[in-house]
Amino acid sequence: MFRDLFNTLKEFVRTFGAFQLFCLRLLRHSPSIFVKRFGLVVKQVYNTGALSLVIIMVCGFFIGGVLGLQGYSNLARFNAEDSVGTFAAFALVKELGPVITALLFAGRAGTALASEIGLMKATDQLSAMEMMAVSPIRRVLVPRFLGGVISMPLLAAVFSTIGLLGAHLVSVNLLGVDVGAFWQQMQQSLDISDINEGIIKSVVFGIIASLLAVWEGYNAVPTAEGVGRATTRTVVITAISVLILDFMITAIML
Amino acid sequence: MQQTRSVEISTGLFVLFGMGALFFLTMQTTGGDDFSADDTYEVEARFTNVGSLRSRAPVSMAGVTIGRVTNVEFDPLALEAVVTFDIDSRYDQIPDDTDASILTSGLLGSQYIGLQPGGSDIYLEDGSEVLFTQSAIVLENLIGKFLVNRDSSDADD
Amino acid sequence: MTMDAASDNLIEVRDLCYSRGARPIFKDLNLTIQRGQITAIMGPSGTGKTTLLRLITRQLIPDHGAIFVDGVDISTLSQAKLYGMRRRFGMLFQNGALLTDLSVFENVAFPLREHTHLTNRLIRHVVLTKLHAVGLRGAADMMPAELSGGMARRVALARAMVMDPDILIYDEPFVGLDPISMGVIVRLVRRMNDALGISSVLVSHDVQEISTVADCSFLISDGKVAASGSPAELSHTTSKLVKQFMHGMADGPVAFHFEAPDYEEQLLGRDVE
Repeated sequence: MFRDLFNTLKEFVRTFGAFQLFCLRLLRHSPSIFVKRFGLVVKQVYNTGALSLVIIMVCGFFIGGVLGLQGYSNLARFNAEDSVGTFAAFALVKELGPVITALLFAGRAGTALASEIGLMKATDQLSAMEMMAVSPIRRVLVPRFLGGVISMPLLAAVFSTIGLLGAHLVSVNLLGVDVGAFWQQMQQSLDISDINEGIIKSVVFGIIASLLAVWEGYNAVPTAEGVGRATTRTVVITAISVLILDFMITAIML
Repeated sequence: MQQTRSVEISTGLFVLFGMGALFFLTMQTTGGDDFSADDTYEVEARFTNVGSLRSRAPVSMAGVTIGRVTNVEFDPLALEAVVTFDIDSRYDQIPDDTDASILTSGLLGSQYIGLQPGGSDIYLEDGSEVLFTQSAIVLENLIGKFLVNRDSSDADD
Repeated sequence: MTMDAASDNLIEVRDLCYSRGARPIFKDLNLTIQRGQITAIMGPSGTGKTTLLRLITRQLIPDHGAIFVDGVDISTLSQAKLYGMRRRFGMLFQNGALLTDLSVFENVAFPLREHTHLTNRLIRHVVLTKLHAVGLRGAADMMPAELSGGMARRVALARAMVMDPDILIYDEPFVGLDPISMGVIVRLVRRMNDALGISSVLVSHDVQEISTVADCSFLISDGKVAASGSPAELSHTTSKLVKQFMHGMADGPVAFHFEAPDYEEQLLGRDVE
């Protein structure tokens, strides 16, 4: 029994080590690809970012609305409904914006990346590139990684903004909170450091989500089943990693 | 080639939108759009207790925001708090015997400085000090006073 | 190990040993591919023909033995030199392996865009020429998903040729094609080889088609070369294994029945219990 445990542990460490080397390779090629093959990166920003806008905006709006509702009903007990703005802004900018965007990103863009790359592996497209002396890492993986890293912070910002608008709509227009109080209280309580924290989080999440998606796709078993499994693993592992990192970053920045 | 053009345009729009959202978020916290005056003059006031007054808290008179707190400091010699705030230069006829109190908006809201006009003919200008101040009400002291009063009125009966 | 300056041996495989996991695929494999000829590599399914191609192009590394391309031991090549060597090969994959997000034109132009600094006009010139050679100049704006299997393979051939390689490798080019498409591919293989003065390596198990086009064939079985020679020589062979393969006989040295316990016992034995 212990031997199995030991073997599993060994496999885990080996995979983790391989993952680290993979990350280093991606990072090593990133600057040159960004400069020389910018068109590829643009296309990937479109694929991961622009195409995810709809889901991000819809979800952001409704989460903001919920924050407005919940915030109002709970703060009303202390006669502090005016603080709904602060409440919603804090929650969105510091936590929900980066985290939920990362989860949605993993679900929409992460799976798209993993399955696309896995499929390219299964249909020999990556081998064909190798044969044509084109590095698949440079041509396929790095642009997608960079596209994800650029898109995530932008998507998180959009999420938080639309969320605030949703909270505004619900609390001010529906529940009667004073417009001025909503924004003014928020402005007094929120600091530029809170926004920075949100940005840092979304950048870190973007990096980890893109890395995992690209890694899973590249290492997928080249069958239909293998690609499917790689896709689901992307979402699961990204979700777990994002939440763990969120805890760590919040603790560090507090 | 047509496909790449529309891809590039969409991406550009997306990035602009994202950065616009970021900009909006940033402005919402540091902006304070109901008071942003270029021309201000600086006034000082001393309090024995500033409560939870912070910089960028509003300064209002008759309920209208006419200025913003810029600095809250402790004077180690006089052992009191020194609050510096800016007032919009448009309002340059504030009497120098005006009263400055630290008030709370709502029951648990954030604190601000409320100015109550005096009747002097001399006006506040850059560098003046408001001499009549009232410190923040600390809730615990208030409750303590209330309890003490109750006990003494009971004892009277 | 003498290497003649003007050797006819383009590719030499010596004492190659390779296993995938616990399964040995090649045991002391030796074969030579001559310059300027169409060489066929045949064998029953699963003997590792595609693996051999990957070993030759060094996408895989052998456990033992050496592979020489034009007299150079490819295991000594640095990454950069390896990529340089690979540029001399043009490879046609089994399914064409076209990049699905690019059009036919862009697929053929891909190696040019990646490796050269040719202007768009020149690229257009070269691409259309190659597409014309395979008869698909009119399909330049279509996407790979819209192509039939045969057409996709022809586009892949155009792409394999666009950098004017010395060696063209075809991995199962005839699989799943209708007779017309097959005829087209056969004609192209022969024409390319002769017109361009290159060498071709064909991996296939289509005995019929190979015998019309190959100059020299190798039959691989059990990890070794079971027979070699021109198609005519092979069809008159005395070896039972080669005979079974060349004439498509259902049973022979390659048994019909996969290894199993005794039939009667398995069928009746359990019922008795």
